[in-house]
Amino acid sequence: MEITPLGDSALIVRIRDQFQDAPEQTLDEVLAAMHQIERAQVPGIIELTPAYTTVAVYFDPIRVIDSGADPGGVVDWLTEKLKDALGDSRRRWRDKTDRRSIEIPVCCDTEFALDLEQIAHQARISPAEVLNLYCAGTYRVGCIGFTPGFPFLMGLPQKLATPRRGMPHKEVPAGSVAIGGQQTGIYPLRSPGGWNVIGRTPLRLFDPQNSPPTLLAVGDRIHFRSITRDEFERLKG
Amino acid sequence: MKLTITRSGFLSTVQDLGRVSLRQFGVSVGGALDLHALRVANLLVGNDENAAALEITSGLVRLQFDDQRIVAWCGGEYDVAVGSRQIPSGHSAYVGANEELSIAGPREGCRAWLAISGGIDVPVVLGSRSTDLRGSFGGFEGRALRDGDVISLGSNSACAKTLIDRLGQEKIAAWSISHDWSNPAQQEPMLRVVHGSDWGRFDDSLHNALTSETFLVSPDSDRMGARLEGPKLRRREACDLISEAVAPGTIQVPPDGKPIVLLGDCQTIGGYPKIAHVATVDLPVAAQLRAGDRVRFREVSLADAHRFLSERNGDLEQFRVGIKLQMR
Repeated sequence: MEITPLGDSALIVRIRDQFQDAPEQTLDEVLAAMHQIERAQVPGIIELTPAYTTVAVYFDPIRVIDSGADPGGVVDWLTEKLKDALGDSRRRWRDKTDRRSIEIPVCCDTEFALDLEQIAHQARISPAEVLNLYCAGTYRVGCIGFTPGFPFLMGLPQKLATPRRGMPHKEVPAGSVAIGGQQTGIYPLRSPGGWNVIGRTPLRLFDPQNSPPTLLAVGDRIHFRSITRDEFERLKG
Repeated sequence: MKLTITRSGFLSTVQDLGRVSLRQFGVSVGGALDLHALRVANLLVGNDENAAALEITSGLVRLQFDDQRIVAWCGGEYDVAVGSRQIPSGHSAYVGANEELSIAGPREGCRAWLAISGGIDVPVVLGSRSTDLRGSFGGFEGRALRDGDVISLGSNSACAKTLIDRLGQEKIAAWSISHDWSNPAQQEPMLRVVHGSDWGRFDDSLHNALTSETFLVSPDSDRMGARLEGPKLRRREACDLISEAVAPGTIQVPPDGKPIVLLGDCQTIGGYPKIAHVATVDLPVAAQLRAGDRVRFREVSLADAHRFLSERNGDLEQFRVGIKLQMR
């Protein structure tokens, strides 16, 4: 583990250098570290953001100084507090939290599955086999970003990995489920995008009127269930 | 209790100090790109520092209120007037009911923040009144303002009422703040930067390029970031970094070597190497970068970045005390 500055108002706690070696374990450790930092209530810390191998710790330098740090030693002061909060690594293991498991209905009607043919071509299997393979997988949210509520999901079957489109879609509709390289994700908002769209979910992934505003959180386990167009329309309501 | 936008300018949005604690959900901090300017302008009109104000990005803005208000603005070099009455930056000024306030510019810099006593009363969404343009939420209907928009204002505070009584005659307060406080725009600014976490992934010639050459602000800059042309900071070997957090001020370098200075509406995570970060104390200067501007960077230590910020906060603290006395 190392703690490095991200500018003068944030620190990055890097739990591991690599992700692919042990994605599940790394993510568990990152989430556990995040909760330990949260619980420590270190003065001046504003918010935390987990992503794959890291927890970002955003802070207000002025509040850290007001809490007793020397203006010339803010980062050292915080680093000490974070190390204390993270304690010994054995405790972290027992903190493994029970993550939610969420089913995402996805409709692969030809109108929605903009790039299904391309994905099938790349994998050298039929579109139906692509869907079976995709829906048989278990995924996990590695981080949320790009746009509000966009989940980056790990666990895509290797066979389905499809390079990003040479020419990005000018507009990907909200709810589009897509593959970009080794990753897969869901566009919560209508936006431009370079990923290969495999289908669409009727679920709303981001709603600014809700607290929290996103359906998914980092660490959640996801699986997809293929639905018909009728079911899509019914769920969309 | 209403504000009517007759002309909305190039890009005008409602902004406060922004959203906190939502970056883990991919929601940007947003808010006024110059938080210092927003705080100062709000204090000058007797508002809470977090009250929602207008962020103006070039063009001609005309607006009026249906009752008496105190206004103050900070930011780039704009011409702000009520009829023939010029309102200099950093001054509390009286605007009568149905008088037209015009804001034109900028002659220098890029953005200005206009605080209105009582604040702009749009609904709080995810803890803030700021407009999130990408997510289309917050602010006024989740979008930039248009000609003809009519927006609710909050009630004048006791301080604002005192100012209205006092300034009804003289119109503009005699006291003001220093110009470098209200107008951070500079010609060919030098932004102070600290090392980024990927500084070591760039070789010395690229470090030198960043800290000794001049960059040009590209036209495709926006509230998410200022894109820079000029010397390319292209690294020899590609690297595939695992996405992690970025922040306003982060200078990231995509494979094309053209650095991007991230601003308040930036994404919450990114995978490009981070060569440096603009010191928080200089973000107000970065918020004034306009297409075609020249900009340079100077390295400072983290300790110095915190000292500068602490000094400016000390000045702000004094200002808070001073303004309270003025408004008694």
